[in-house]
Amino acid sequence: MNTPELQPQTSAMSMYRAIVGIGAMCALVIVVVFQSTAARIRDNQERFLAAAISEVLPVTEETIAVDVGENGQLEKTSASLPLPVFLAYGSNGDLVGAVLTAEGMGYQDNIRVLYAYSFEKQAIVGFKILDSKETPGLGDRVEIEPHFIANFEALDARLNSSGDALNNAIVTVKQGEKTDPWQIDGITGATITSEALGNILNDSANGWLPILERDAISIDREATP
Amino acid sequence: MASKEVTSTDEFVKGLWRDNPVFVQVLGMCPALAVSNTAMNALAMGLATTFVLLMSGLSVSLLRGFIPREARIVCYICIIATFVTSVDYLIMALSLELHRALGAFIALIVVNCLILGRAEAFASKNKPGRALLDGLGMGVGFTVALLFIGVVREILGSGSIFGFAVFPDSFQTWTVMVLPSGGFFAMALWLLIVNRIKKKEAETEKAEATA
Repeated sequence: MNTPELQPQTSAMSMYRAIVGIGAMCALVIVVVFQSTAARIRDNQERFLAAAISEVLPVTEETIAVDVGENGQLEKTSASLPLPVFLAYGSNGDLVGAVLTAEGMGYQDNIRVLYAYSFEKQAIVGFKILDSKETPGLGDRVEIEPHFIANFEALDARLNSSGDALNNAIVTVKQGEKTDPWQIDGITGATITSEALGNILNDSANGWLPILERDAISIDREATP
Repeated sequence: MASKEVTSTDEFVKGLWRDNPVFVQVLGMCPALAVSNTAMNALAMGLATTFVLLMSGLSVSLLRGFIPREARIVCYICIIATFVTSVDYLIMALSLELHRALGAFIALIVVNCLILGRAEAFASKNKPGRALLDGLGMGVGFTVALLFIGVVREILGSGSIFGFAVFPDSFQTWTVMVLPSGGFFAMALWLLIVNRIKKKEAETEKAEATA
């Protein structure tokens, strides 16, 4: 009878040496690639954000990043925030609006958006999706559907009389049923994504616009953060 | 009978046609179906996978005497994951728009069975030169296959190729072709064509051998 040929067992030390050795080599490769691409990636991200800001608020000539300080007041910041907020200034140095990033859950994953707020019109006047993994051909139509994009030409975002919240919550309604300027005309076939965008804008605007309306004008854009 | 010697050209060419990873081995279906909704996405995913195939094949071949049999899979996965992470950073440095379009599928290259399959079946048993040629052939074969699927899907689903319109505005695009199900339709179409050609080839060879 033939007996199967037994292969000699590898010692634990050999396996340990191979796994740790390869792990260390792999870590080194990743560190080298990360270090050599980090500056270029940062440049790309800044360029992408700058282009997006110009797209949502074309009159912007200069922006400054702002955040809420420990005292609850708006202040200039140089910190790299996960959801940055910018005050936008025009060619003559006037405050023309604010550009805000916001994030929330969509149908498949988080959706990250950039939107522009006009202090003069008290409305959201520009909108762009920065990152989304919504279903191709369905959810991702929020980026190309003309009637949906038209919602953000002047989406009412007035504050209430006490200035601490939106006067009317921003809500998404069924396609063709928009009756008020604070409503978003949704997309049939992308219901969850368009509703999610309404919620993202409502939450972000409710949190930020009262602070921006109160403090933005007093920010010294020349000051060192 | 003396067996036919395998040349370096054979190592490269086999991945393009005879053992094409997508149309013959039917490996790596996840990215092949999911990211081939446009020709550009298909090309980018194919090139990224080719890079990982080349580098992981070379590394596994160079380290084949150092990696014990019992610990080979964990070592291969570690090597493959390293090059996938590297290609992720490289794409981000190249173009954020492209990185955004490929989404989560770059990270998922690590679980593409084509790459682990070539590391296990070929690179771990052959010299670095042959492993590189095999990786290059398989990578190019994978890229071309994805491109074929991507072109069909983009033409029908978006009315364009590489973003350039090929139909008048009146053309009603087939949305289903850019959805995951469109990947299956395009894949089935190409499998039908490739299998038909292969069957004809086999019949011709058989007829020649008989003659």
